[in-house]
Amino acid sequence: MFGNLSDRLVETFKNLRSKGKLTEADIDGTLREIRRALLEADVALEVVKSFIAAIRERALGDEVSKALNPAQQVVQIVQEELVNILGGAQRKLQFAKNPPTVIMLAGLQGSGKTTLAGKLAKWLKDQGQTPLLVAADLQRPNAVNQLQVVGERVGVPVFAPEAGNGSGNPVSVAKDSIKEATKKQFSVVIVDTAGRLGIDEELMKQARDIAKAVDPDETLFVIDSMIGQDAANVAKAFEEGVGITGVVLTKLDGDSRGGAALSVAKVTGKPIIFASTGEAMDAFEPFYPDRMASRILDMGDILTLIEQTQKAFDEERASVLAEKMAKDAFTLEDFLEQMNQLKKMGSIKSMLGMIPGANKLKGQLENFDEQEITRTEAIIQSMTPAERKDPKILNGSRRLRIAKGSGMTVTDVNGLVNRFEQAAKMMKTMSRGGNPGIPGMPMMGAGPSKQKAQPKKKSKSGNPAKRAAEEQGLTLPKPDSGSAFGLN
Amino acid sequence: MFWRKKSKADSAETPLEAVELPKRNLTKSIKSVFSRIKFDLDDLITLEDTLIQSDFGVDAAAAIVDDLKSRAKRASASSEAQLRAILSELLVERLARADTELNLNSEVQPYVILVVGVNGAGKTTTIGKLANYLIQGGAKVTLGAADTFRAAAVEQLATWATRSGAEIVRPKTEGQDPASVAFETVETAIANQSDIVIIDTAGRLQNKQGLMDELGKIRRIIEKKLVVNEVLLVLDATTGQNALTQATAFTEVAQVTGLVLTKLDGSAKGGIVYSIQRELDIPVKLIGVGEGIDDFGFFDPEDFVTGLLGEV
Repeated sequence: MFGNLSDRLVETFKNLRSKGKLTEADIDGTLREIRRALLEADVALEVVKSFIAAIRERALGDEVSKALNPAQQVVQIVQEELVNILGGAQRKLQFAKNPPTVIMLAGLQGSGKTTLAGKLAKWLKDQGQTPLLVAADLQRPNAVNQLQVVGERVGVPVFAPEAGNGSGNPVSVAKDSIKEATKKQFSVVIVDTAGRLGIDEELMKQARDIAKAVDPDETLFVIDSMIGQDAANVAKAFEEGVGITGVVLTKLDGDSRGGAALSVAKVTGKPIIFASTGEAMDAFEPFYPDRMASRILDMGDILTLIEQTQKAFDEERASVLAEKMAKDAFTLEDFLEQMNQLKKMGSIKSMLGMIPGANKLKGQLENFDEQEITRTEAIIQSMTPAERKDPKILNGSRRLRIAKGSGMTVTDVNGLVNRFEQAAKMMKTMSRGGNPGIPGMPMMGAGPSKQKAQPKKKSKSGNPAKRAAEEQGLTLPKPDSGSAFGLN
Repeated sequence: MFWRKKSKADSAETPLEAVELPKRNLTKSIKSVFSRIKFDLDDLITLEDTLIQSDFGVDAAAAIVDDLKSRAKRASASSEAQLRAILSELLVERLARADTELNLNSEVQPYVILVVGVNGAGKTTTIGKLANYLIQGGAKVTLGAADTFRAAAVEQLATWATRSGAEIVRPKTEGQDPASVAFETVETAIANQSDIVIIDTAGRLQNKQGLMDELGKIRRIIEKKLVVNEVLLVLDATTGQNALTQATAFTEVAQVTGLVLTKLDGSAKGGIVYSIQRELDIPVKLIGVGEGIDDFGFFDPEDFVTGLLGEV
């Protein structure tokens, strides 16, 4: 639906490389794209505005204009500031000096409080705590019942003196639960409360009264990661109405970009402590600000990727390969070398995870077998040097020998030879018309050509990952020539 | 006309009569944010910002502002009151549709309403309110508790069945296949001569392919016996841009026929329905404005826009 931010940033930065230095207009163009990306990720407008202003100030400062790679520097600043707001280092749950530690949950209807209560109880229990769940949502039909089922699933007792469904007083239930916990020596009390709207004065007062009654060590604000612009208002209302100490983001296993995380963290100044990622009782983890920053921007770990690509890829070798391509002297040995270059960069799967836009590829990645490179290697290494130089001499008996030697089948050998021939053909075409990068390695640019390449749509790529993607009708982002992402 | 009521003497085949739903004052439910802003043709940034803050989305907000500008130019309008009127007209025009009624008039009875959505959107509560409304109009309603996954979801629906006076079909065993619960519900409803069947389903995030496929299966199994008249996608009004992805995915597997916008009594504006309606061509049919059994109404574009803009 929307092009992701990295694609648009690449577009913005494309013209900058020759200049080397960023002007104010360049930076503003970039910031416009970032603003848009943040809004599309549902970051509240007021938060976007102050965020952009802060980035602009830093971007215009010395650190960028003196940087070797100013465009990359801007991206780095954005990432840093995001992580900064999202809480920098992780914050751990606070425990009371004298047990029981009291944790109160509060939030809108349907944000996932009751499910979270169960997960939190299980997590604490696994750490050797003895938690008690308290059913203080007496509003929603069968919320008490739900907590009892959840408690049973995770093996944690539930304090539920009232049946709920609109009757009973949640404040006294909460109060009594502390007595119960003290008497029976539970180490942690988790109070589940009814969902309430930030603008509902009466229910916000009730939440305050519950808090007064139990004096919580942590009041966790539970918020659905799919929430839109209203996140800022709601967070403010709960911060002012109940007073929160931390935030839990739920339903992060969905595909929302989760901009709410940024809104809530910025507006309340309170740390996000946990992320809830599914309906299973152990789908629960500490919150990682850096991962969230990447998710919001939908740009993957672009900086790490640039670094790794630059480390692994030897510019000199690249130009030698490019020359060979032009001369049509590309051999299976070169093909193998390409693969090894790729391998140096680490696991393909983790690499693709860092590539912007590769989100769409995740499904395909699950089907992609990393062993394929190893198998390809085995086949090529079972060939004689002559065969590697000139695959045309590979007749039936040679192929059978190679298959046996590499522990593969003749079909596998045939497949590899076909792929190689296609790759070689493609490279030949491209080295004439232009070069978007070493063929078969879509994210590496190293061609000597100045012209822009025509991306080959129908080709079967030599890169197994890309080929898998092609077969699924997907394409990886196509960088311009000369750099990994058009960023240097 | 929102739905049809059966008079006692009628046989099951006779069409139900029209019944008016009491008008709810949406104007109060949506707190206007636009009433505070200045409309100035040369500077519509505040308006665009406010649209964005109401979850209309960046593109829709820009398009609305552009449209407002050109309409104002054509009408030589420039005063604040004129601009407000044009904006109101524009939004109503784009939100208005002819197909916002529940489609309860196929040949085959009982009519079937399938209710789907992500976790926590308000499906079960919506069903309770809708069942109550239909029963008050004289219809016999059977509910199917096909959310066999979430803890105590069946009991929650059963409480609503008791409150509204609906029949309910529960799973026979814990974690029973939801499609088989739907099938049993349909069979029961045919046997007990219900007018309307409403099937509750488990909340599911739209990127969980397996769970989404399950919805298709539920639909197909119902269609062995009856026609699925409505597939209502329940959307929490606080949801941001992801609601568009939700609507797209649910439509793909379950052919959504209408949207239900819940929790409109909060501070969220639900602007995303504007984009959903326009991009996916699915009408908003019902709204939810609270946890009470009567906190429910049919979507009225004029009310909705008046709520947003304040009285024009």
